[in-house]
Amino acid sequence: MSQAIVFGVLAAIVLGFGLAMVLSKNLVHSAIYMAVTFIGVAGIYLNLSAGFLAAMQILVYVGAISVLMVFGVMLTRRGDIAASNIFNRYKLTGGLMALALFVILGRLIFTSSWNLSSFAVPEDTVSLIADLMMTDFVIPFETAALLLLVALVGAIMVAKGVKNTR
Amino acid sequence: MITLEHYLLLAAALFSIGLFGAVAKKNAVAVLMGIELMLNSVNINLVAFNRFLMPSQLVGHVFAVFVIVVAAAEVAIGLAIVISIYRDKFSTEVDNLDWLKW
Amino acid sequence: MIENAWLIPLFPLIAYVLIIFLTKKSKGISVGIALAAMIASLIVSIGVLVETLQKGITMEAPYQVAVKWLNLSPVENITGLQIDMGILIDPLSAVMMFVVTSIATLVIIYSIGYMHGDPGFSRYFAYMSFFAFSMLLLVIANNFFEMFIGWELVGLCSYLLIGFWFEKPSAAAAANKAFITNRWGDFGFMLGIILLFINFGTFNFTELSQIVQQGAGISAATLTLITLLIFAGPLAKSAQFPLHVWLPDAMEGPTPVSSILHAATMVAAGVYLLARGFVLFQGSPETMLVIAYIGGITAFFAATIALVQRDIKRILAFSTLSQLGYMVMAIGVGSITAGMFHLTTHAFFKCMLFLGAGSVIHAIHDQDIFNMGGLSKKMPITTWTFVIGALSLAGIFPLAGFWSKDEILLVTHEAGFTGLYWLATLVAGMTAFYMFRLIFVAFFGEKRSDHHAHESSPVMTGPLIVLAVFAVFAGWAMVKMGYGQMVYFGHPHQAEINMGIALISSAIALFGIVLAWLIYYKKVIDTDVWAQKLRPIYALLWNKYYIDEIYQWLFDHVMLGLGWLFNQNDRKVVDGVADGFGDTIRHTGGLLRFIQTGSLQNYALVIFGAVIIIVLLMATPVLGGVIK
Repeated sequence: MSQAIVFGVLAAIVLGFGLAMVLSKNLVHSAIYMAVTFIGVAGIYLNLSAGFLAAMQILVYVGAISVLMVFGVMLTRRGDIAASNIFNRYKLTGGLMALALFVILGRLIFTSSWNLSSFAVPEDTVSLIADLMMTDFVIPFETAALLLLVALVGAIMVAKGVKNTR
Repeated sequence: MITLEHYLLLAAALFSIGLFGAVAKKNAVAVLMGIELMLNSVNINLVAFNRFLMPSQLVGHVFAVFVIVVAAAEVAIGLAIVISIYRDKFSTEVDNLDWLKW
Repeated sequence: MIENAWLIPLFPLIAYVLIIFLTKKSKGISVGIALAAMIASLIVSIGVLVETLQKGITMEAPYQVAVKWLNLSPVENITGLQIDMGILIDPLSAVMMFVVTSIATLVIIYSIGYMHGDPGFSRYFAYMSFFAFSMLLLVIANNFFEMFIGWELVGLCSYLLIGFWFEKPSAAAAANKAFITNRWGDFGFMLGIILLFINFGTFNFTELSQIVQQGAGISAATLTLITLLIFAGPLAKSAQFPLHVWLPDAMEGPTPVSSILHAATMVAAGVYLLARGFVLFQGSPETMLVIAYIGGITAFFAATIALVQRDIKRILAFSTLSQLGYMVMAIGVGSITAGMFHLTTHAFFKCMLFLGAGSVIHAIHDQDIFNMGGLSKKMPITTWTFVIGALSLAGIFPLAGFWSKDEILLVTHEAGFTGLYWLATLVAGMTAFYMFRLIFVAFFGEKRSDHHAHESSPVMTGPLIVLAVFAVFAGWAMVKMGYGQMVYFGHPHQAEINMGIALISSAIALFGIVLAWLIYYKKVIDTDVWAQKLRPIYALLWNKYYIDEIYQWLFDHVMLGLGWLFNQNDRKVVDGVADGFGDTIRHTGGLLRFIQTGSLQNYALVIFGAVIIIVLLMATPVLGGVIK
């Protein structure tokens, strides 16, 4: 029962702040709401007994990506910040589209039958994930490392701009 | 009893909200934020499936980790592009970025 | 020697390449190369001729060598194509090559004098060599395809040489006329040999002759069609009515060119083709009839025009037309012996007549015979060689022309073409008349204009004398050597002199000469008065039966009309359809381009809209979905 209450609260936080993020007219507010949404998602992970992922969520999303977003906002600020995050001409169509998608997904979720497992979640998830990373998924792991390196260099190059040397 | 359907429904809702933000916002940074929400909802799905369908194997977690990695890279590059365009056009409005047109 | 016969066409080709690419700058070396190549060819062809006679190579058992040139093997139901490049030596080609090389050699020697100081000197000798090469290739060919190559090259060379002084508009026009007129014939010829290959599966002369003689597996109508199409080639090349119009205009070229064109290379090609492909022609009596009558009509028709012309070269040109008519007629009545015999003798004396005319023109720079007169004292060699040539052409015993013309009259009579025989006899008289009209007006009598004629240089008179010897003795010698046993079709036919026919034709020829003497030397009749009295006929002949005007009218009204029609069709219908497609597509594109907004979010909306539609489709059982 208590689990249901926790889920309810977390779901309310995630959806509420998510909506707030989208609807807010102030981009800085949006960024802060987004950070809160991410924290809520981390809570959901904990609820799903995925402690390691929850920690990563906090570190990467709340710690890094949100800060990056704020930097992005700061570096591209122009005009009144209070009207920095307004809707475009697709507000109505986009909203209807998102609603339609949600309805369809919901219908599909409830009409599908799932083959639920009764096993319990292992206590120590971190060492198991580490095992998988270093054995079965070692090549994707290394590729991800490479991707991050490329993204790092690429981001610097794109943001800094290449000097025209002919 | 909270079970798989609830988590999936939550993820679906979060995805729809993210889609709404990505499609209907003027500012490019806000669009990126919407995309982050969508990625998060996918992660919730992955972890929830892992938790309820095959809890003994943590493949879903590993996938989620990779998604986070890709999301981080995407945000870094995306913001770099936005900054670069901003320097060029003094605007971050996606509507102005219509050079793909004939 | 005979195995080296392939060298005969090769020498002039080498000369052509050398002159055009290397020695064009140096006139002396160019002439030397051209002359050396022609003499080499002459020596080889004399050797080939002698060996042909000694080794007993006959029409039935020719010497033949060939290499595969193009070989497409048959695929499924598509017929293959085999084309050889080869040489075929039999008495016919051996004699022909001797005629071509000897005349070409003499003409080249003569041209050294005639073309002296011309700016295109080297070019002229290059073209002459190429002309000789083309003709020799045509003669030596062992199949129709190879012959066609030579045939087309001859046409090209005639174009180049007739238009040699291309800066003169009339020369350029004459060259075009010759080329285009020949195109008509060549097109028919080409269709003919294509049909030939379709029906017989070979181009080779000997194979064709075997197939046809064993009884061709094709209908008489097809053979008639093929032979008539092939006959279109000689019709144009040998300038038979109604495609003769180019030959008189071809006089625009240098006179030695006219000489070689009329004697050995160009016009002889048509008659040679008739002789070479005779096995096909004799298979179709209808075609033979057409050939015989076309020849007879041409002979008569050209002779009447020649009666009134004033230009020395034109008279000779129409005389050539007339004599070619004789040859074609002889072949049409079934005797290639007579046709080729006359071709050979005619080559010598007509070449000489043209060279003589060239000598006169070179001396006084005028071509109108009524502006000459009294040349006999100033230019004795030219005059007397010319008289010999004219006597030979008129068929006076015992000169070359007598033997061959008599042979033609004889075979015509024997074949039962009595009408053609009397027509040809009449033409013989007319020939004598117009030739001696020319001689009495141009060479005898008093000077009619203030010209300072002088005898030409030895390099020009030398060939004249050599040719005069041929013109005197060639006919008699060839009869003695048994020409009838050498060149024949089917079985040898040695024409015995028929006293009746010989006497009649000689009498008529002498009558023509005497008439010309009376009218133009003794002046017993005032020609101007008679020209006035016979005004319509005179005008008709003077204007060459208005055939050029008729062609001009046909071109202006029929061809241009058709051209206008096709032009309109192309512009309005064809272009309309093509442009219509283009316009429709461009217009549609112009409308469709607006769906490309360039807005990222618009694209995202469309993508997710599509996702929703796909999911809906998959989830709806009515539309084939799987989910309840």
